[in-house]
This record gives sequence, C-alpha cells and structure tokens, in this order.
Amino acid sequence: MKCTRCREHAEVHLRQHNSAFCRRCYVTFFQRQVERAIHKERMFTVEEEVLVAVSGGKDSLALWDVLVTLGYRTTGLHLALGIGDYSLVSTQKTEQFAQTRDLTLISVPLAQEGPGLAISTVAASTNRKPCAACGTVKRHVFDRVAAERGFGVVATGHNLDDEAARLLGNVLHWQTDHLAKQSPVLQPTHEKFARKVKPLFRVSEYETAVYAFIRGIDYIVDECPNSVGATQLTYKDVLNRLEAAMPGSKLTFVQEFLRAGRPAFATAEARQPPETCQRCGMPSYGAVCSFCRLVAEVERKRQPLRRTGSA
Amino acid sequence: MRITLLPQRKEIDLPGRRRVADVLRHLGMLPGTVMVIRDDELVTEQDFLEPEDSVEIRSVISGGA
Repeated sequence: MKCTRCREHAEVHLRQHNSAFCRRCYVTFFQRQVERAIHKERMFTVEEEVLVAVSGGKDSLALWDVLVTLGYRTTGLHLALGIGDYSLVSTQKTEQFAQTRDLTLISVPLAQEGPGLAISTVAASTNRKPCAACGTVKRHVFDRVAAERGFGVVATGHNLDDEAARLLGNVLHWQTDHLAKQSPVLQPTHEKFARKVKPLFRVSEYETAVYAFIRGIDYIVDECPNSVGATQLTYKDVLNRLEAAMPGSKLTFVQEFLRAGRPAFATAEARQPPETCQRCGMPSYGAVCSFCRLVAEVERKRQPLRRTGSA
Repeated sequence: MRITLLPQRKEIDLPGRRRVADVLRHLGMLPGTVMVIRDDELVTEQDFLEPEDSVEIRSVISGGA
C-alpha cells in the first residue's frame, strides 16, 4: 500500500479518511488535524499558556507532544492517583516525557491532598465507585491548580472515541443536561473556572496511538485496573463494530451532534451560574461543592480509625 | 508466527503465512482497535505476516484515567 501524499510505503491505513500514510506524512496529517480543531473551535491562541492534563497514557502525552511541536506554550499537570503500581508507572512515564523534552510539569500526589485522597483510599472510605470519585477529584484539582497558577485554559486528551462513547451514553439515557454541555470547548461559567478544551476530539484512539508510536512516546500501555467492566468500554465496543461496518461513523456521530443536535439541548438546559463553595471557595452548584462533599465523607470514615489508634 | 498481545502480556503462536486482517479476525479483534507492530514498524490489514515473524498486537482502547 502506498502513501496517499508521497507514494512511499504506507504504514497506516485510515479507512474513514480513505487514505494511507507513510510515517512522515502521517505525523503531518495528525498534527494538522489537531491544529485545525484548535483553530476551528477557537480553543486557544499561541499567546495563551495552556495547562495540559497528562496522565502518562498515549492520549495526553500525544496531545502534549503535538501542542509543543505546533509552538504552543504549555505546562503539564499530572495527578498521581494512588492506584498502586499503575499510578507509579504512569507518573514515571509522565516525568520521563517532560524531562527528556525539557518541559515544565506540575505533579500533584493525591495521597497528600486533604485527608489523603489517593483514589484507592477514597474508594475504600466511601460508597462511591472509584471512577466516579476519580472524576470528581480530578476535575476539582484541575480547576484549583489552573486558578492558583493563573491558567485560563486546561486541555485534556479526550479523543474521538471518548467523545463518541460519552455521546452514546448520554443519548441512550437522554441526559439532556449532559447533552447541553457536551462540547470540545467549555467556556468558564465562573471566574475561578478555566476554559476546558479537547484538541484531540476529532482524532480516534487508533490515530492517537499510531501518532504516539511513530513519535517514540513511551506511554503506559496497561489499563487502569479500575476500568475493568467500565460502561465506557461497552459503548466503545459498540461504536467500533459500527465503525468497522461503516467507516467514518464515529466522526459523523460527534460532528453532526455538535452541529445539529447540541444547539437544541443547550437552549433547553440553560443553568444558573454556580455559587461559591463554603469550604474551599471554588465554584459550586450548592453550598458545598461535590469535591468537598467527597472529602467530608473520607474524613468521616477515617475518624473512627484515628480514635481507636490513639489509645 | 509468534504474536504478543498487549496489555494482556499473552503470547500466541499461529501457523502459516497470513494476512493481518485474517489474523485479527481469527483473534476476534476489530480493525482500528489495535496496532500491529513488526520489527518496530506498523503493518496494515492488507500486509502479510510470515511464519517466522514476531509481532506485537497492542490494544489502543483505553478505559479511563
């Protein structure tokens, strides 16, 4: 198979684009896809410094690589989640990536936050599923660090497969408030929120993995142990079966929702702007934000252990 | 051919010369959900794998974090 651009030997075949690429042309193709998404959706400019949430996985490290290559000013933000060896390796890969490229990285070990918020601790201390608690903690810390350090933009490595799976879940359950907010760009609704952007939203997991591989990015291949049986994986499997039969389905699903579907939900679901959390001062849709409610739950569950230990 | 599956860290031996698409079908894998890597190069579904090849089939699907 020959490269569509230069006719050299192709290593990558993208049925959804009816194209094949050699290594060099693929890198150009991928970077242009991301750049086009940034410009078309007005995610950020070269004048803004972007806080890039990096986990050590292929998507976030590929994103950081592309943004740096395209000339954007970036700082990485890594949360050490405290999920055993998985998190240790994730942190090691992220730090190595930053060091070899001389990039600035902020690392936040969740085990040292508040009463100790390693995800394994939170899951053991509360009745919440680990993934739900993980999402709440990550969103809060992203927002808090961005506010403390003056970043106006936070970029995450959510890709087309993530967005399509999320959209499928929201449609299956007709979660109209979520459908109203699903977008590759979320403008802040409070002065302490940063703009949230997903520059990889048009590229598939496969395309991102191929980019990371060709660029020699050493990412963690293992999956989060808490993701076994996750609903997102079921949705992704359904969508990949559809994509195999009808290439381009995932991109059409997401793009046409953004163009033709979301506007209807956004009109119906206009929400009051958030208040301010009484505990931490961050934006909240109640007197106490969801993160502080989770922290309070962890503190309550851990108190009896401390009293017993101090005899 | 010797096939190493990641992240499962499982090894499989398959006899004969086969097209990549056929190997994926045999293993129950969908195209676009894995990278097939031989000697540090990607191979497409149309390429052939030889009996003496060692390849890595690496899943690209992530569940979170």
